[in-house]
Formats: sequence, C-alpha cells, structure tokens
Amino acid sequence: MSLNGKAYIVGAYEHPTRKADDLSVARLHADVARGALEDAGLTKDDIDGYFCAGDAPGLGTTTIAEYLGLKLRHVDSTESGGSAPILHVAHAAEAIAAGRCSVALITLAGRPRAAGAALSLRPPDPDAPDVAFELPFGPATANLYAMVARRHMHEFGTTSEQLAWIKVAASHHAQHNPNAVLRQAVTVEDVLASPMVADPLHKLDCCVVSDGGGAVIVARPDIARALKRPLVKVRGTGEAPKHSMGGQVDLTYSAAAWSGPAAFAEAGITPADIKYASLYDSFTITVLMQLEDLGFCAKGQGGRFVADGNLISGVGKLPFNTDGGGLCNNHPANRGGVTKIIEAVRQLRGEAHPAVQVPNCNLALASGIGGALASRHTAGTLILERE
Amino acid sequence: MANEEQRKAPVPRRIPAPRALPETQAFWDAADQGRLLVKRCDDCSRFHHYPRDVCPHCMSTRTRWQDAAGTGTLYSFSTMGRGEAAYTMAFVTLDEGVTMMTNIVDCDPRALEIGQRVTVAFVTSEAGNGAAGHAVPMFRPIS
Repeated sequence: MSLNGKAYIVGAYEHPTRKADDLSVARLHADVARGALEDAGLTKDDIDGYFCAGDAPGLGTTTIAEYLGLKLRHVDSTESGGSAPILHVAHAAEAIAAGRCSVALITLAGRPRAAGAALSLRPPDPDAPDVAFELPFGPATANLYAMVARRHMHEFGTTSEQLAWIKVAASHHAQHNPNAVLRQAVTVEDVLASPMVADPLHKLDCCVVSDGGGAVIVARPDIARALKRPLVKVRGTGEAPKHSMGGQVDLTYSAAAWSGPAAFAEAGITPADIKYASLYDSFTITVLMQLEDLGFCAKGQGGRFVADGNLISGVGKLPFNTDGGGLCNNHPANRGGVTKIIEAVRQLRGEAHPAVQVPNCNLALASGIGGALASRHTAGTLILERE
Repeated sequence: MANEEQRKAPVPRRIPAPRALPETQAFWDAADQGRLLVKRCDDCSRFHHYPRDVCPHCMSTRTRWQDAAGTGTLYSFSTMGRGEAAYTMAFVTLDEGVTMMTNIVDCDPRALEIGQRVTVAFVTSEAGNGAAGHAVPMFRPIS
C-alpha cells in the first residue's frame, strides 16, 4: 500500500526553550502537544493516536497518555533514536490509512542540558549483545562519527574544510532564529580553529546540546482539508536500519541509501525535485553522508557539493536546515528528528523566516539518522508536498 | 584553583569490564589466555563478529570458535582526549575478513594511517559491575 496522499501534517510546534531548568520532561511533552494542537486548530479530544520514542519517560505512550489525559485507540512507541519522529509520521499515515486512528500526535522532548550528562545518559543495557565488544573501547558518539569522516576522507579525498562548510551554512541560517543556541555566523576558519573533539571532527563539527522538544500532528485527508492551515501532504516515506552486518563493516554509506530510494519511489519524484531538505545534523559528516545516500549528489562528491555555500538558502542549490539545524539551533533530548519535520513544514507553508524562506517551496524532504553512523543506526526519510 | 587544576588533570581512560554473556564466555576466557577468537559458521563457512550463537549470515546455530591470526589492517580510527586521557578508537579488519571495534595502543596516533598492518595487544580492563576484569583485544601497529 502506498502512503502517498494518505495523511497530512496539520500541526507543528517547536518549544522555544533551549534550557529547561524548571520544566519536567513530561511537562515538555505536554507543552509541545499543546503548541501543535493550537497550530492545527484542534483540541486534545480530537487525538486518537499517539506516538513517542525513548525520550518519553516511564512507559512512554502509556505514561504520556496518562499525563495528558488522552483517550486513544492507537499507540506506537517505535524507538530508533533521533530519527524516530520521522518513522512515526510514516507509521501514523499507515495507521490512518488502515482506519486505526484519525488524528495522530507525535511528541519528542527532553532536558539533557539541564539534567547534565551524568543524569541524561542511560547506562548501556548489559543484555545488548554488542555492548561487551564496544564499551571497553570508549565509544563516545563523536568518535563513532569521526571514524566515518576519516574513512570518507580516505576513500574520496573529502577535507575538513568541506565539512566545515556544512556548519557555515547552518550558522548563516541560525542568525535569523532568535531561539537558536548558536546565532553567530561562523566561517570555515572558525570551524577549523575550534578544538578537536574526536579527530578529524572539531567542536564546531558537532551539534549543540539543548533542552526542549517538538510535536507534529498527522491527520486524515478530510480532517486536514476542514482545517484552516496550509495543506502539507505525506508523499513518500522510507525507513531502514544499518548495522555492523556480522562484521562486514562499510562506513562509506548510511541506511539513508535504503530509506531514501524507498521514499522517492513512493513519492514518484527524484532528488532534483526537492526544493528544501531537512538533513539530520548530529555532526557535519552526518549531513554529507545523507546528501550522497539520498541521491542529491554522487557517492564521494558530498564534499564538493557542500562547499562554497551550496546549502545556504538564497545562495546555493539545496537550502538545508534553515532553522539552523541541530548544528546551531536545537537538538532537543539529543534527538533531532522532530525539528527536521517542523522546519520542513514551515518551509512548505511559507512560514520560515523571510531571510531563509525558499521561494515556491512545494516539495521538501526530512531525513533522520538515529543511533551511531559507525556502528548501528536507523534512517528515516520523509517527503512532504504543499498542496 | 588547585582543586580546579587537579580536577582537570587528564587521567588515563577507564576500560570498563566487558560483561560476558553465556554465548561469549569462551571469547573472554580465551582473551585472558592471550588468544583472539572469531566465530565461524559450519553451514555457510563465513566468519562473523561480534561473536554470537546464531550465524548472522545464515541463521544456523552451527557456529564454532576459531583462533584468529591476530593480525589485520586499520580500517578507520579517531583519537579523543588529551594527554594521558587520550585514546584511539578504531575499526580493524582481521585477516579472517571481519571488522571489529577496538583501540590502537602503543603508538603515536598522529602517525597512524588507514590500511596499515596491526597486531593484537591485550589490555586488562578494570573489574566492576559484578564482572571480573578481562583481557581486552586491542591492536598495535606492526613496525
């Protein structure tokens, strides 16, 4: 069954906070739910489906349903790390098409910054079969992505200067976002001069750590048409995990090489049709890998593609992360999936900041990479259309 | 200020004890004797890593341990931390064809290059979390 046209995104909301000292995780989920409902012009009683991932406290869907007082007939707690909300949109469209719910709420929220790293990082599950073969070696997210970057440099001649251009583009967008953590435009030289975190990745190759969250509401087509908001249609979806494949490790591609073609096939369009792309940006290398794997450029050409401001709205060929992305704006709960969807919705509605709004933005893509690029991750690709 | 300086002084990274599961106890017992084991499937003949009872290539349960040569090539790496705290995360492709996460030790990481030959060097982890310390397979460059 194709999901093309089976559901619409009718509400989207990003929490303005970036440090939630006085807000609980459940309260943050509630705040973003309220914001998305208000944006859609719906009320709590309209929601009959609810989606959340591992950032939700307690029993996830059950705990937040109780906190919000939701009466539901469909729940889905698909957990794929930061890409989860992108998978949730597809799963919500499936549930709507199957008649299992009519209005689905998706929330993501957390407060790693206020809680501090010691409290926000859960200890590894000792029953996970990979842990004993990785934990002794000090996997620390940054070095896992750094190994992908180093291999890309080795295979294709990619440079740190090229990776830095991704941060430069994000920072050009973030200067127009009053809520962004990093609002100052930076140069390639600034990125290269920032401290080395895990070579070859510098501090400014990394995303911010921030609190907050976001929510989106997915609805049945007839409900979407009865609302007053611009129509944002789910046109294509794809999801896929990639892992160490029994030791056949190949760091030159991500799971987006599988989720992307599936989404484009369902949408019946090609990468050249996309006017705006929200690309998961835990690190600069994450963006570069998705550009290649989604087909915006050939494998190995990502470095050349991103150079010279090609990702800057109004300057380059493919405007990306016009809110400043995770690299500069927001990476709530250490998960960037929901903000990727929200900025794509803003662009399609024509509600992005005027300085970064893409003219005639009718087709947008949101891509997520949840987990770690070097070991195991799940990609989600979502193609949205303004009707 | 003195306390601040003390707090910031780099200390060598802790190596957490690997917790052996029933299906991987033999790996860690062998490691403690200085032997690196890999798993191979009797049905499809393919090696895999991390080791498990069930072959990830064909789902056979006829997997068995085999001594690895203990040598391989550096697939990728990244150094984190400063001074004594610095350590080099890596993927090493064993001569048996599987790639494993590990650390590169006993070298200047700035001189490392992808593709260079390395050999296993066991480093003892700390004890903890109910697990005894084990010898952990790391690698050093073959000079």
